[in-house]
Amino acid sequence: MNKLRLFLSLLVFILPLSAKAALTIEIVGGAAQQIPIAIVPFAQPGQIAGQQDTIANIIGADLRRSGLFRVLETRGVANQPSDISQVSYSDWAAIQAQALTIGSIETLPGNRLKVSFRLLDVYKQNQLVGMEYNITPAQLRMTAHRIADVIYQKLTGEPGVFATRISYVTKTNGRYSLQVADADGYNPQTVVSSVEPIISPVWSPDGTRLAYVSFEKKKPIVYVQSLVSGQRTVLANFKGNNSAPSWSPDGKRLAIVLTYAANSQIYSINADGTGLQQLTHTSAIDTEPVWSPDGRYIYFTSDRGGNPQIYRMSTSGGDASRVTFEGSYIVSPRISPDGKSLAYIRRDEGRFRVALQDVASGQVQILSDTARDESPSFAPNGRMILYATRINGKGALAAVSADGKVRQRLSETGGDVREPAWGPVVSQ
Amino acid sequence: MNKRLVMSVLLAAMLAACSSKAVKETPQAAVEDKSPVATQTTTSNESATSGVSDSSLASNPLKDPNNILSKRNVYFDFDSDAVKSEYRPLIEAHAKYLTSHSDAKVFLQGNTDDRGTREYNLSLGQRRAVSVKKVLNLLGVQDAQIETVSFGKEKANTTCADDSCYKQDRRVDIIYQGE
Repeated sequence: MNKLRLFLSLLVFILPLSAKAALTIEIVGGAAQQIPIAIVPFAQPGQIAGQQDTIANIIGADLRRSGLFRVLETRGVANQPSDISQVSYSDWAAIQAQALTIGSIETLPGNRLKVSFRLLDVYKQNQLVGMEYNITPAQLRMTAHRIADVIYQKLTGEPGVFATRISYVTKTNGRYSLQVADADGYNPQTVVSSVEPIISPVWSPDGTRLAYVSFEKKKPIVYVQSLVSGQRTVLANFKGNNSAPSWSPDGKRLAIVLTYAANSQIYSINADGTGLQQLTHTSAIDTEPVWSPDGRYIYFTSDRGGNPQIYRMSTSGGDASRVTFEGSYIVSPRISPDGKSLAYIRRDEGRFRVALQDVASGQVQILSDTARDESPSFAPNGRMILYATRINGKGALAAVSADGKVRQRLSETGGDVREPAWGPVVSQ
Repeated sequence: MNKRLVMSVLLAAMLAACSSKAVKETPQAAVEDKSPVATQTTTSNESATSGVSDSSLASNPLKDPNNILSKRNVYFDFDSDAVKSEYRPLIEAHAKYLTSHSDAKVFLQGNTDDRGTREYNLSLGQRRAVSVKKVLNLLGVQDAQIETVSFGKEKANTTCADDSCYKQDRRVDIIYQGE
């Protein structure tokens, strides 16, 4: 049994099922002002074992997908530097590049690689940033994402989120599978799969665990599963439903929804399943709790006023104040990482769309142009909102920037995709 | 022959017990082990009823298509959790069965149509299950015999576009423990 268990976890957690992208991301719009950047192919000593794509291609795809960059074609340029001493700035100014990325990969003893890169300002003719990474060949793709993060941060002033992971649930041939993949859709790995539905996955703040709801016992039960060991524990299996988990910012507690023999009510519980505390005491539906980033409030959906709206209460429960007032159906609140914006799903004339509300002013903007939207999830830098929708009758993921200007569609080749959750930035 | 049957039932139960332990700890195993776990229930049921003749199964009022107890679906109007009067005889029959079989237990599984979001629909399905539970309570059924759960819209028809099929999904299913 132990051997079998070990084998299965090896199969799932150590061997990626496929290095290919299962999700392909198509960008539908872009910012009005895009930064023109040239990325010269990195000098490297031949093909590196296991390498499927060049560093320059991965960085370029990341930056392009953000909608904030115009990645220039570099093939026609005579100057192809890999070191700063070889740079001819005039060649790059000629194709209107504002920024230039150069770099190289060298092999080191012990099957390691040294990746160096520099980001250069073409007009000022100076270096903006330069870095070196000592890595294993398997870390090449993630290193490219980290370089893209450094470039993004340097040129936009905001932290990048290319080196993060996302989770989502696929449904293929009647089988549900909770997957974790790189933010660009590559390296999908199965966390758990079942013939019964899996919903509401959420990342622990340190990115090592997922909490989710599985119906495999013919009722909703909340599990917490380690992405490192694959071990999972039952967080909540009380009489009735157990659902809608949300982590506290310190990762020690979760807000959950229990019903026992009545309507959905919000509770909090330690991450090890002890210390259950009831937070709402109404006869209405109170569900979808989310912790504010400062740990002071819980935002949630309630129909106590006659139709579902978003409310806010202290994390210890007590009186709640209503936060949304427009519309007759507002559900699935998510608070931005800076705590200043509230995303949710709003129904207008039968269309369910992602909307963003400024917490201080109450001003609302509808962000999505789709009609069956669900489960919004902020990128850790707050710039994009990933959500589930339906495209051509099939469950698909989409993302929209918080200013509504950049749109992406993520499609899965096989079946349905739903329930996305964007993981945190994990320092390494 | 009989001994072999007992042995194999025992073995199956042991296997199921073994794999159900794995369910707790290994996610991937949980996946593959689901059917053995299901088998466990079937196995124990079969062994429990193995001494009884087949006719008992046919005369089981819960399975008898001519008995109202075999009817298990309570349907609801759009955006409503009110139990319609046409389902009163059905619920009364189940209440009578439950009050006269104190060891029987039912799951009331609430469902919604495909429109709306998953977690909120889970709560709406629950509200429908609670409505049916309240009627059972009024008819004397104890809480200990009832568990209200919800599948929300998870079992709903996703290709549906009008009420001819939406209405099929707005329902509570009455499921007896072990079924």
